[in-house]
Amino acid sequence: MVEFALPANSRVESGKTHKAPAGAKRVKAFQIYRYDPDSGANPRVDTYEIDLDKCGPMVLDALLKIKNEIDSTLTFRRSCREGICGSCSMNIDGTNTLSCLKPIEDIKGDVKIYPLPHMPVVKDLVTDLSMPYAQYESIKPWMQADTPPPPNAERLQSPEERAELDGLWECILCFCCQTSCPSYWWNGDRYLGPSILLQARRWLADSRDEAAGERLDALDDPFKLYRCHTIMNCTNTCPKGLNPGRAISEIKRDMMLRR
Amino acid sequence: MAAYQIIDHIYDVVVVGAGGAGLRATLGMAATGLDTACITKVFPTRSHTVAAQGGVGAALGNMAEDSWQWHMYDTVKGSDWLGDQDAIEYMCREAIPAVYELEHFGVPFSRTPEGKIYQRPFGGHMRNYGEAPVQRACAAADRTGHAILHTLYQQCLKHKAKFFIEYFATDLLMDADGSCRGVLAWDLAEGTLHRFLAHETVLATGGYGRAYFSCTSAHTCTGDGNGMVLRAGLPVQDHEFVQFHPTGIYGSGCLITEGARGEGGYLTNSKGERFMERYAPTAKDLASRDVVSRAMTVEIREGRGVGPGADHIHLHLEHLGADVLHQRLPGITETAKIFAGVDATREPCPVLPTVHYNMGGIPTNYRGEVLRPTRDDPDAVCPGLMAIGECASVSVHGANRLGTNSLLDIVVFGRAAAIRASELVKPGTKHKPLPELVTQAALDRFDALRHAKGSAPTAAIRDSMQRTMQNDAAVFRTSASLKEGCGKMAGVAASMADIGIHDRSMIWNSDLIEALELDNLMGCALTTIHGAEARHESRGAHAHEDYPDRDDGNWMKHTLAWVDDKRRVKLDYRPVHTYTLTDEVEYIAPKARVY
Ligand SMILES: Cc1cc2nc3c(=O)[nH]c(=O)nc-3n(C[C@H](O)[C@H](O)[C@H](O)COP(=O)(O)OP(=O)(O)OC[C@H]3O[C@@H](n4cnc5c(N)ncnc54)[C@H](O)[C@@H]3O)c2cc1C
Ligand code: SF4
Ligand code: SF4
Ligand code: FES
Repeated sequence: MVEFALPANSRVESGKTHKAPAGAKRVKAFQIYRYDPDSGANPRVDTYEIDLDKCGPMVLDALLKIKNEIDSTLTFRRSCREGICGSCSMNIDGTNTLSCLKPIEDIKGDVKIYPLPHMPVVKDLVTDLSMPYAQYESIKPWMQADTPPPPNAERLQSPEERAELDGLWECILCFCCQTSCPSYWWNGDRYLGPSILLQARRWLADSRDEAAGERLDALDDPFKLYRCHTIMNCTNTCPKGLNPGRAISEIKRDMMLRR
Repeated sequence: MAAYQIIDHIYDVVVVGAGGAGLRATLGMAATGLDTACITKVFPTRSHTVAAQGGVGAALGNMAEDSWQWHMYDTVKGSDWLGDQDAIEYMCREAIPAVYELEHFGVPFSRTPEGKIYQRPFGGHMRNYGEAPVQRACAAADRTGHAILHTLYQQCLKHKAKFFIEYFATDLLMDADGSCRGVLAWDLAEGTLHRFLAHETVLATGGYGRAYFSCTSAHTCTGDGNGMVLRAGLPVQDHEFVQFHPTGIYGSGCLITEGARGEGGYLTNSKGERFMERYAPTAKDLASRDVVSRAMTVEIREGRGVGPGADHIHLHLEHLGADVLHQRLPGITETAKIFAGVDATREPCPVLPTVHYNMGGIPTNYRGEVLRPTRDDPDAVCPGLMAIGECASVSVHGANRLGTNSLLDIVVFGRAAAIRASELVKPGTKHKPLPELVTQAALDRFDALRHAKGSAPTAAIRDSMQRTMQNDAAVFRTSASLKEGCGKMAGVAASMADIGIHDRSMIWNSDLIEALELDNLMGCALTTIHGAEARHESRGAHAHEDYPDRDDGNWMKHTLAWVDDKRRVKLDYRPVHTYTLTDEVEYIAPKARVY
């Protein structure tokens, strides 16, 4: 069933504008989605004018500047500031990406910042990610092998076998891809989505893992895997340059091969 | 009195922190049948361990002959003889099974042609008691921390450990008898407060790099565990030893791993000279971090820095070729591009010594138990409390940590804490009631900050603290700079009374989170600069220009620092352990430290 009525709190109103200080030369406006869970009021978009001469190069630098100097109530996740922890994913200028890796310079006109799309919003740019976290756990993302490892040594793996993991193990679970996928938007409760499927592929590709059969059995379901229609939004948006779309095709291929 | 509804939880053990140390402890405890909760302010895989690049140290000998005794010697020498040799022996010996265990858990290590774990050289790791660099750092490309942290989280999922994610621990719950009974935590998403009772509380909250203006550490590295311990009236140890990593990217502070020099990278000054050959003829660019950072600072001070301001140094990788860079150092090639705007395959990267690691922390023994030293017993234990990882001072790093020894520290002592907890706690043991008063003190502090209406924003106080520490407790220190720094820090600390925040909500109030974190950082910064001011010698990362030599007679001892409720610092000292754990290896007596 398609739902036509907009859910509560989905009408976004325009909010406050914080002007740049007088004398600022290189001014850029940041339009940022705000949602206050306590008031229950409709979300709004606040505008903050920033002097780029007094701001670091990345969108995260602008957010920090706003929080530190203009409005300490602005709420967003961040930690590493170097694109490795996956905390600061959000929708910037229409695409999902990491704010710490997104140069302000690359954006023409006003910078529009929204939370990751189609996820419940907790507050401002902070979304509830419990669903993808639970889906991650559901694929049993850990080494499964009945053969005991050698007691006082590593398992051997050739450099070629190890290379099969490249492009998979680097995923930082930022869910930029997950929340850009139209299939996930509409069937997020049953379709695993690109980042989880990329992780599923990571274990299928590991020469040390011995549970490929069970892993494929678990994925062989009209919804978990086969909702991917190769739209490739996921791959286009991944800020780490990974290719979840291809990983999904590879799982489908593995599935075909064993039939 | 602040009134809040509190949700109670009862566990055998509770671990605060889900970085490498916290996760290794959690999975070990869960696996032995202890009812274990892990509380973390960020989702586990977003912990700062994820940023570690170069490798984890273990004398596997996969690529050249090696032994854990050599590793131990290097660690003792690296620590400038401030490390406790019983703990160092334990760590270097356990390193080998610990790394095999990580591989068995599924860590995607890079491989040698024979399929073994790939190892690269790293600063201060040498063959045959200091002869020449050895390949000891077990690496997963240049994303080793990412590989380890994700794998440990996966193992925790396998063992069905119970996580409380995006819960911020505010204070320890200390009973009148001095034992720790648990922790108070705030659920950010729901906006509720939670009291966790446990027979053992394990702090694994990471470092406090954010006490400084420029650091390689994440925004979340705010010394929360150290802050909680100080508020509980317990001391921290050796805080004056702050490691500056030689190669933070100029400007952003993002790290370029020492593994880059391990793979053959080198530093030059404005004359194009490979100046490390002068300072460390044997190890050169792979000398210990304190040595390289000081050499760089001297070059810059003497006018041989590069760039328009002659204020940084060049790191060359371009001669390694694009293939090696893409295969072995893909992450830093990307980081250099994004944060320094340089193509590392063609041009040098601008770098500067940057605050990176805290050797000091909460004093513990090698089993992870927190110490409450007394005059009679400098190794007395605080019942119910453990600490592991960067927030702890075991002390295996002493006055200067070797690269790769921190990832090692977190897995070895995470495991040791799990072993010790399973000895101390019988699953399901009943808890005695906790006096209400204990929780009330923690609630009052929380409530006061939540409603703080002063005129000084958190960001402004934090900025003054960070700048003071950066200027006055830097790579080189003098009596004058340290004295001035102590005075300035007293003023900054006093301004906490005038702090003001604007968000009053209980739900994801990041304004309040930052104020709570600043409160923790403040104790860390104060103890760092006071410890440094008092230490009249130079040892490891503490380079005092008025006292340029190491003074084993007077100063081969650990600093203990307490902070009272007026934010005044009190110092005392405890002896370094000058003995090993077993007879298999002899105590390594102090000698001059040359690389
Ligand atoms: C850029 C970089 C590169 C590095 N590279 C290497 C390397 O190659 N080799 C090496 O050996 N070492 C390296 N290190 C050092 C090493 O990564 C760290 O010392 C180590 O990972 C610390 O681990 P930890 O588990 O103690 O803490 P962290 O990983 O920092 O985890 C701290 C945990 O505590 C939680 N926490 C903190 N406060 C609270 C609170 N109040 N309430 C609830 N939870 C809380 C956080 O959520 C987090 O889960 C590097 C460090 C940096 C900065
Ligand atoms: S390729 Fe598949 S997973 Fe990726 S966006 Fe399209 S439908 Fe979603
Ligand atoms: S595949 Fe890329 S976009 Fe998707 S979660 Fe992983 S890192 Fe993020
Ligand atoms: S802050 Fe860690 S990915 Fe952006």
